[in-house]
Amino acid sequence: MRVTINVNGTDESHDVEARTLLVHFLRDACALTGTNVGCDTTSCGACTVLIDGQSVKSCTVLAAQADGASVTTIEGMASPDGQLHPVQRAFQECHGLQCGFCTPGMVMAITSLLRENPEPSETDIRHGLEGNLCRCTGYHNIVEAALAASREMGGAS
Amino acid sequence: MIPDVFAYERPETREGALALLAEHGDEAKVLAGGHSLLPLMKLRLARPSLVVDVARLYELSYVREEDGFVCVGATTRHHDLATSDVARASAPLLAHVAGQVGDPQVRHRGTLGGSLVHGDPASDLPAAVLALGGTLVVEGPSGRRTIDAREFFVSFFEVAIAPDEMLVEIRVPSNPGEQWAFEKLTKRAQDWAIVGAAVTRRASGVGVALINVAPVPLRAAAVEEALAAGAGADEAAQLAAEGTDPSSDFNASPEYRRHLARVLVRRALQKAGF
Ligand SMILES: Cc1cc2nc3c(=O)[nH]c(=O)nc-3n(C[C@H](O)[C@H](O)[C@H](O)COP(=O)(O)OP(=O)(O)OC[C@H]3O[C@@H](n4cnc5c(N)ncnc54)[C@H](O)[C@@H]3O)c2cc1C
Ligand code: FES
Ligand code: FES
Repeated sequence: MRVTINVNGTDESHDVEARTLLVHFLRDACALTGTNVGCDTTSCGACTVLIDGQSVKSCTVLAAQADGASVTTIEGMASPDGQLHPVQRAFQECHGLQCGFCTPGMVMAITSLLRENPEPSETDIRHGLEGNLCRCTGYHNIVEAALAASREMGGAS
Repeated sequence: MIPDVFAYERPETREGALALLAEHGDEAKVLAGGHSLLPLMKLRLARPSLVVDVARLYELSYVREEDGFVCVGATTRHHDLATSDVARASAPLLAHVAGQVGDPQVRHRGTLGGSLVHGDPASDLPAAVLALGGTLVVEGPSGRRTIDAREFFVSFFEVAIAPDEMLVEIRVPSNPGEQWAFEKLTKRAQDWAIVGAAVTRRASGVGVALINVAPVPLRAAAVEEALAAGAGADEAAQLAAEGTDPSSDFNASPEYRRHLARVLVRRALQKAGF
C-alpha cells in the first residue's frame, strides 16, 4: 500500500506492506537511521519519534497508522544550518549521554514533554521519562539536560 | 519482530467500520491505539487477516458531560482523558488512572476502548470503570446496546462483545465531589500492576475494584458490604481477598497477591477518607 508521511518537513511516499512498522518505514524506506530499535517490545523508548508533536514508540505503530501525519525524528531536530536544537545542546553540555544509543529517543521524549509541560520539575521529568531506558548514565545527567533545555527554551517550547 | 501479513482498512465512518466487521467476522480485528494488539501481532499470538483502523474515527474521541454522566468516546486516548477538564472535574478517579497507564508514549496512543476490550485483568482502566459503576455502549449490525461494566469482563482476556460489534462509548456517573484513591504496586515505573485497587466514595455508595487478583477485574463486594454496614477501613480491608483467584507468576505468588489486595485496599480506603 502507498503510505505518505511528512517526515521532518519532507513528504515521504513509499509503497510498503501494511504490516510495515513506522520505525522500519523511517529506517529502511526513508534511510533515516537515527531512530534506533532497542527492545522491539514497546519497553525501552529508543525508537521514540513525534507524531504530530507527540512522543510515540515507533516500533509499535504501523506506518499505515501515520499515513498523512507529520513525523519528527532526531534528524529533524537541528536547524538546516546544522545548529543543534536546545534539547540536543543540553545533552552535549550536561554530558547526558555515554554510548548514545538511547539518546535519540530521549531527545524526542523530552521534546514532547517540554511541549506539554514547559517548566517541569525534576519529578515531572523523571515520570515523563518512564518510557525511556538508559543503560549507561544512571539518568542523572539526562534529567539535568531536560532541566537545562527547559531553562534555555524559556519555559516556552 | 514483524506481524504476519494482513489487509489494512481505515474506514471513514463508524458505519463503514461496522460493515467491514459484519463482512469479515472474527477474521477481522479492530485497531485503535494498537498498544495491546500490535505487540500480540508482532509475537504472532494474533494473526487477523484484516485490520480495521478506527483510531481516526474522531467522532468517537470525546469526553463530555451528559445527563449526569461523563461520557467518553471509545477512541479517546489515555493522554486526552487524563488531561480532559471535564474528566478531571467530574470523574477524577478515571482521569487520574488514565494518567497512570504505562508511560507518556503509551498514553499518547492507547485508548480507553482498547483497554476495556483487550480484557487484561492487569490493566488499570477496567478497574476504574468498574469501581465507578460504569456502563459500556456497544454498537453492532442491529444497533446499540448498553452493558453494565460488571457483566462486560467474562473471563481471562474475554469480554462480552461480538466480533461484529464495536465499543463506542463508556459512561460513568458524574461526581464532582468524589473522594477517590488509586493504589498500584509495580516493580518498574512503566509496568502493569502486580496488584492494584481503585476506590470511589460518593453519596450513592462506595465502589472498590481490584486489579490482577483474578482472571477478570473484580469489584470487592465483601469490602463494599462491610463499609455499608459501618466497618472502618482496617476492618473492611481485611475482606479484600474474598472472592479473588490470583495467579502465580514471576512477580508474585497467589498468597502475596491476596496480601497485597488487603494492604492496597486499606491504603486506598484511608486515602478516600474512611
Ligand atoms: C509498554 C506498555 C505499557 C503498558 N502499561 C499499561 C499499564 O500500566 N496499565 C494498563 O492498564 N495498560 C497498560 N498498557 C496497555 C495500554 O493501555 C493499551 O493501550 C490498551 O490496553 C489497549 O488500548 P489500544 O487503544 O492500544 O487498543 P488496541 O491495541 O488497538 O486494541 C486492543 C484490543 O481491543 C480491541 N478494540 C480496540 N478498540 C475497540 C473498539 N472500539 N471496539 C471493539 N474492539 C476494540 C482490538 O481489536 C484488540 O483486541 C501498556 C501497553 C504497553 C505497550
Ligand atoms: S524499540 Fe521501541 S520501545 Fe524499544
Ligand atoms: S547513553 Fe548508553 S543507553 Fe543511554
